[in-house]
Amino acid sequence: MTRKKMRATLIGGGVVVLSLATLLVLFAMRDSIVFFYTPSDITEKSVKGDQRFRLGGLVADGSVERGTDANVRFVVTDTIKTVPVIYKGILPDLFREGQGVVAEGRLRDGVFRADSVLAKHDENYMPPEVAKSLKEKGVKLGPGATHKNPGAAGS
Amino acid sequence: MITEIGHFALVLALALALVQMVLPVLGARRGDVAMMQVGEPAAVAQFAMVSVAFAALTYAYVVSDFSVKNVFENSHSAKPMIYKVTGVWGNHEGSMLLWLLMLTGFGAAVAVFGRALPDRMRANVLGVQASIAVAFGLFIILTSNPFLRLTPAPFDGQGLNPILQDPALAIHPPFLYAGYVGFSVAFSFAVAALIEGQTTAAWARWVRPWTLAAWMCLTVGIALGSWWAYYELGWGGWWFWDPVENASFMPWLAGTALLHSAIVMEKREALKVWTILLAILTFSLSLLGAFLVRSGVLSSVHAFAVDPERGVFILAIMVVFVGGSLALFAARMGALRQGGLFAPISREGSLVVNNVLLTTSCATVLIGTLYPLVLESLSGTKFSVGPPYFNATFVPLMIPLLMALPLGPALAWKRGDLAAAMQRLLASMILGLIAIVAAFAVLYRGPWLAPFAMGLGVWVMAAAVQELLVRSRFGEIGWRAAWARLKGMPSSAHGTAIAHFGVGLMVVGIAGVSGYKLEDTRAMTAKSSVSFAGYDITFEGVAPAKGPNYTERQGVFRVRDAAGGRVVTTLRPSQRVYRASRQTTTEAGIMATALGDLYLVLGEAKDNGSYTVKLYFHPLVRFIWIGAFIMFVGGLLSLSDRRLRIGAPRRARRREEKDAAVA
Repeated sequence: MTRKKMRATLIGGGVVVLSLATLLVLFAMRDSIVFFYTPSDITEKSVKGDQRFRLGGLVADGSVERGTDANVRFVVTDTIKTVPVIYKGILPDLFREGQGVVAEGRLRDGVFRADSVLAKHDENYMPPEVAKSLKEKGVKLGPGATHKNPGAAGS
Repeated sequence: MITEIGHFALVLALALALVQMVLPVLGARRGDVAMMQVGEPAAVAQFAMVSVAFAALTYAYVVSDFSVKNVFENSHSAKPMIYKVTGVWGNHEGSMLLWLLMLTGFGAAVAVFGRALPDRMRANVLGVQASIAVAFGLFIILTSNPFLRLTPAPFDGQGLNPILQDPALAIHPPFLYAGYVGFSVAFSFAVAALIEGQTTAAWARWVRPWTLAAWMCLTVGIALGSWWAYYELGWGGWWFWDPVENASFMPWLAGTALLHSAIVMEKREALKVWTILLAILTFSLSLLGAFLVRSGVLSSVHAFAVDPERGVFILAIMVVFVGGSLALFAARMGALRQGGLFAPISREGSLVVNNVLLTTSCATVLIGTLYPLVLESLSGTKFSVGPPYFNATFVPLMIPLLMALPLGPALAWKRGDLAAAMQRLLASMILGLIAIVAAFAVLYRGPWLAPFAMGLGVWVMAAAVQELLVRSRFGEIGWRAAWARLKGMPSSAHGTAIAHFGVGLMVVGIAGVSGYKLEDTRAMTAKSSVSFAGYDITFEGVAPAKGPNYTERQGVFRVRDAAGGRVVTTLRPSQRVYRASRQTTTEAGIMATALGDLYLVLGEAKDNGSYTVKLYFHPLVRFIWIGAFIMFVGGLLSLSDRRLRIGAPRRARRREEKDAAVA
């Protein structure tokens, strides 16, 4: 085996693997990215029914209905528009009315069916996406909803 | 007073680092031995000073000195002592000090254990190592000083985030940082080699133990984090492809590749340029991890206090070190001598396959982690890339890697015989196929990939064992002689086999839990029962309980064997409220069995007095962490191989002889 041949094999092999990986990445990116919307975005951007996305905003005061079955219902608002959410599961420890929340799932018949509700480590923590979108929408945030997160995980 | 001593020691350490950054490198250029020799005492003294600083901060935590701002913000007098100590690194400032402690510790270790290195090499390595310490020392003193005081001193602290009050998480950061920072040694060696413009096989031999040590620590650190997330967060998962998890996983992937390419460089002098580049990239990914976690660009469970100043500072550190080293690499790449030749089918070839697949998978993880950040800053569109992306890109790259893994050690250097290697491991291959069929037959549900992955894991495990048996010629010669041969093998051969066995075990665990996880959510009233995963689970009700600094509401669940009706155990998942911070946490109730974990989480009370209960069964999940631990043990054995330390005693002896002759 000459040096030239060896180099050609190495480069050839590398190129094949890289192009395969590129194809994988492109396919995966097309199918599995999840957009982030606020309730107003949903009407503005005409979100399709089968699309998975993240819904972010504030949990509307007095909207949490624990009910009697495994489902929990609550309303997410960006103070302009609201979206009702139904979630089967256990809410994160820091889920509170009036606080920021991010839920992931699909919209069906005007109800957002969440399969996960994101937990945050701190009661004053506002997910950056929520804080930013709300600010863009001109929503004034209360003192409890400031963008800070003192004391967090050690990584 | 002690706090001020700590603060002063930290500044002294920075000054020492500055000296160590300049003098040895300058000495190496001028051929001045006295200047080069400044490196060793400076590195040791630097480590001692940072140790003093770290001890001072720890003392402030232990005695709950709330006049120190950092202690006030992150501790509380009612906290158990162990968490007062571990709370030192449960926050941004303290964890950066731990990072610096590890960094200078590695620097001092290189100085002390690297006496056999050529003087110029050692001087350059210590100089580069010190430059990293300067960067992070400045970062701590300028943006994240843990020694700042508060006047007047508050009466009590704000408490450590309760979910961090946990034994696994207490030791997770030290291991993780030792891993991150340990790769700085490989980086320093790479840059030193580039400064000198030459690399040899000996270079790879010097770098390998440090890389191995860092890799082992990172493996354990990641595994501990995963274990903690599993039982503490109550989400019933062990890996979430969270950006911060990825931040630690990328250096691990690159470091694993580095570990393997350094073998080729050491044994065959091939892949030199690539190995140097990989050493640079691995540490660059560690820096990227630090940037992602601490700059607040990510929304994650790990996000530290958001402070743009810190983010910019770390970004600057990254630009200087990554950009500088890559520029140096580009300038000097041509000067590196070409290495040995090898055929595609050979031990070298198999290690190239390992490297190509590991670095490519690392690149796909990098893209998935950074793409949302980049696109958001460019176009303002907000989206996230979740597990489906990583499963679709990472998994297909791991399959060929696992298929090829056992063949590598069975191939000869330079030119191997694939058919012979496969024949040699035929029994393992058959075992793997049996595992696939058995998994299909017994479980017959779940995705098709799961039984296949189980077969892959079994193939990797069986081949690791078989490789050792074949090499020690069990079955050919008497078992006593074979045993002697097995014992006589270099411990790095044992280490390789054991680490690969750990990989296989982990793959089986991942396949089991990903393919066959059971999950259910119920609203349960007291005294009601549910049958789940072969158990009858009765909810007895909720009882209050008390811990040292929290009160909790425990759900009492009687778990019976569905077949026999015998009570197997009582699980008590709970909701805790910590007194200091009024924060609540969810504690899962977990029963570990040989086949998997029964995992219960208690939710909130419903309007009719029932409770939401989440039930999971995670088959074989423990194999994942046990596998990681076995990988660590394999690394430890390899590290103990005397061949990796050869040269050190020889050189020392020569020097002693010279000294003796002089005397």
